[in-house]
Amino acid sequence: MSSKLTPAQAQSALDSWTRKMIAWHFSPATGCDYWLKWAKTAGWDPRKEINCFADIAKKFSHFDDDVLRTEQPERFVPKAYAKRPYNVFETGGTTGMPKQRVGWDDYKTDYEEYSDHYGPDFFPKGNWLMVGPTGPRRLRLAVEHLANYRGDSCYFVDLDPRFVKRLIGTGEMAMARKYQEHVIDQAATILRHRKITNMFTTPRLLENLAERMSLVKAGLKGVFVGGTTMTPQYVRFVVEEVLENKINFAPTYGNTLMGLAISKKLTKADNYSLTYYAPQPRATLRIVNPDNPTELVNYGEYGRVELTTMTKEFFVPRFLERDEAIRRPPCSEFPWDGVGDVRPFQSLTKTIIEGVY
Amino acid sequence: MTSSIHIPVLRLGQTYRSLDKIQFNVSGQPLEISVANSGLIRRDLQQLAKSGAALRAIPCEKLVGYMEKAAELFLHGKLPWGDDDRLQSPDDYAVALSQLTGLPHSLARSNMGKVHAAMSNIRAVISGLTRGMPLELFDRGFIRQNGLDVNFFAETNSLGVLLPSNSPGVNSLWLPALVMKIPVVLKPGREDPLTPFRLIQAMIAAGFPREAFGFYPTTHDGGDTLLFGTGRAIAFGSDATLKKYAPYRHINVHGSGRSKIVIGDDFAADWPKHLDVIVNSIAANGGRSCINCSSVLVSNNRDTLADALARKLAAIEPLPRDHPDAVLCSFANPKSAKAIDERLTELLAAPGAVDLTAKYRNGPRLVEMHGQTFLRPTLIVCDDLNHPLANTEYGFPFASVLQVPQAKMIGQIGESLVVSAFTRDQAWSIDLMTSTNIERLNLGPYSTMRVQWEQPHEGNLFEFLYRRRALQGDLVAV
Repeated sequence: MSSKLTPAQAQSALDSWTRKMIAWHFSPATGCDYWLKWAKTAGWDPRKEINCFADIAKKFSHFDDDVLRTEQPERFVPKAYAKRPYNVFETGGTTGMPKQRVGWDDYKTDYEEYSDHYGPDFFPKGNWLMVGPTGPRRLRLAVEHLANYRGDSCYFVDLDPRFVKRLIGTGEMAMARKYQEHVIDQAATILRHRKITNMFTTPRLLENLAERMSLVKAGLKGVFVGGTTMTPQYVRFVVEEVLENKINFAPTYGNTLMGLAISKKLTKADNYSLTYYAPQPRATLRIVNPDNPTELVNYGEYGRVELTTMTKEFFVPRFLERDEAIRRPPCSEFPWDGVGDVRPFQSLTKTIIEGVY
Repeated sequence: MTSSIHIPVLRLGQTYRSLDKIQFNVSGQPLEISVANSGLIRRDLQQLAKSGAALRAIPCEKLVGYMEKAAELFLHGKLPWGDDDRLQSPDDYAVALSQLTGLPHSLARSNMGKVHAAMSNIRAVISGLTRGMPLELFDRGFIRQNGLDVNFFAETNSLGVLLPSNSPGVNSLWLPALVMKIPVVLKPGREDPLTPFRLIQAMIAAGFPREAFGFYPTTHDGGDTLLFGTGRAIAFGSDATLKKYAPYRHINVHGSGRSKIVIGDDFAADWPKHLDVIVNSIAANGGRSCINCSSVLVSNNRDTLADALARKLAAIEPLPRDHPDAVLCSFANPKSAKAIDERLTELLAAPGAVDLTAKYRNGPRLVEMHGQTFLRPTLIVCDDLNHPLANTEYGFPFASVLQVPQAKMIGQIGESLVVSAFTRDQAWSIDLMTSTNIERLNLGPYSTMRVQWEQPHEGNLFEFLYRRRALQGDLVAV
């Protein structure tokens, strides 16, 4: 789906949205305790000094997401939402005290926009199946909302990433494989006995499921994945072999703090290299120089992913993700910068010492 | 510069160009290696039944013939470089292998010779592994031996192998599997995709079915997939690798060799006669093999032996890659050499160990020469086996020398891949043969590098792949 905005119009909309959100989060009538108290000690008033999105990078330092672990979630409830009970969403695979984010309608907004982007043919009418982390995660409600928004229902198979992480951490690889089989067994059972048209899962689980059965023969028409690095080769493998070039494929990049970045439709010229676009203006992704995160890298170059989320429910300025990506230019679908071939930060520079044979 | 040579993934009969590639440059010629993702490997492993069927359709005698023919093609033939029509001569192979792995040309060629010998001696190898059972065992599943019906069955549909890059000679380990009708699924070492690829091309050209070979340059994750997706697997690696896979019976891990020479009371005064054998054990093949000697235990005369050894080893100098007398290998990754050098310096600070080669060699241990990074041979005299340098190994000519009473040697050596016991003491020889910590025992003044084709190396591959079944009753039907 092409955007109706030009890049200049999108930038102007982002600047305008930035002013609106800053006014909202730093006004005593609507802001939350955490940011209002922060502003008192900051020595400057964001409402006066932030006039466009670029000012965020100039004035705010990087958000430390550890506060989402150490602070009570109530401190992040904007006054305007004080009378509405909130959802508590936790981040993926962390162990110990999890990071938590409060939320109300953001996930619905994100997933409705996602749904509208793809239209009725991409994910045809029919039941959904989610195979992945449910529990305290935003994703579980979001996927069900996506199905409901499209007039459909959703089945669920849970995977607890914290348990997997624990098993791997303690070297219990055999048990980790058993657990994975347990998850795939359940998903395969649902696929065999229920009419499933669309699915959300992680790329790895998708692969595993396709080792049990032909997903085309199982009746799947559309697959939406998120959660793991996907190299061009990996994407090609999923498209050609796992989905047999017959099932629509929608890779996404996202997390509890950002929401959902949609990938640009792949063309031959992309050679299976994915580019994701944040749900701007609610969230913005910049690819910054890791050594000097105030500056952007050039198009085509790798840099660290920096997230700014600005919704009425939540404000996160300049959070440095633990990922790196290629800065990609705006495209017809999304008139703002995209992030390509996302991978863990500095994954290529970590030294692996080989053993002596 | 010509276009890249591309070494593809071999998917049990199909070549595949991946979008993930490792790139090298060999004498100005770009070389790309396709890298397989783990899911791709898992999907292919589901097709292994066809690979096994393709091998089973060919009589074993014929497969032996193919292997003998493949030996000549590997050593002398022009074989596909990659997935186009360009051909690789033996010289092309040796030069490229040298550049990627740091082996000098001389050692690249001698390793070719070793692999060739393993292939051309395949009958002796198989006979050694099966203790003389006729080849028809692999066609029929049973034979009659000494009036007894003997039935063996394959316990696996494939052999997965995680190959190292240190020495191409290790490829000889998986070769017999094909003659035993077990398909192979190989993950080449990062710096040596050339040897297994050339071997596979030679074997296909000689007549082996393409479907019998999986060749998957891949990541650590892909390596694990291969180990856990095949019924029997071999992995080479460090002690950490050994520990990681130790709980899995189907994985045979070849960790550090910690191969040794033990010199008994009867040979302790005679060491000068055998000095060259000891030097060969330490330095042959650039000290890269797990069968290179890394500790010498002598019951007497430690210091004079060590001094003589240090002088000989220190005289081995780094030479250019193409020098015919080159013995030392360079390090493909100079950081590894630096890390080893720093580690040795750190461990030498602990009391009880002295680097005897330091005073004889022509400069520091770590050296940049001929555009490459080398570690010069190092001989350490240790006071006891508990010193961290006493029973370890590194990928270059490195050894410790210790004085240990003969009676205590077997109890102190620990797990050792090869032990060359310089002795003719009958009682001690029996003790050595009944010990449980020696994988290969050479009795007499022989190099630890010695290979006899009829003896198994690092476990018996036949017994790893096949299992005997009790067979009774009427065999009329078969």
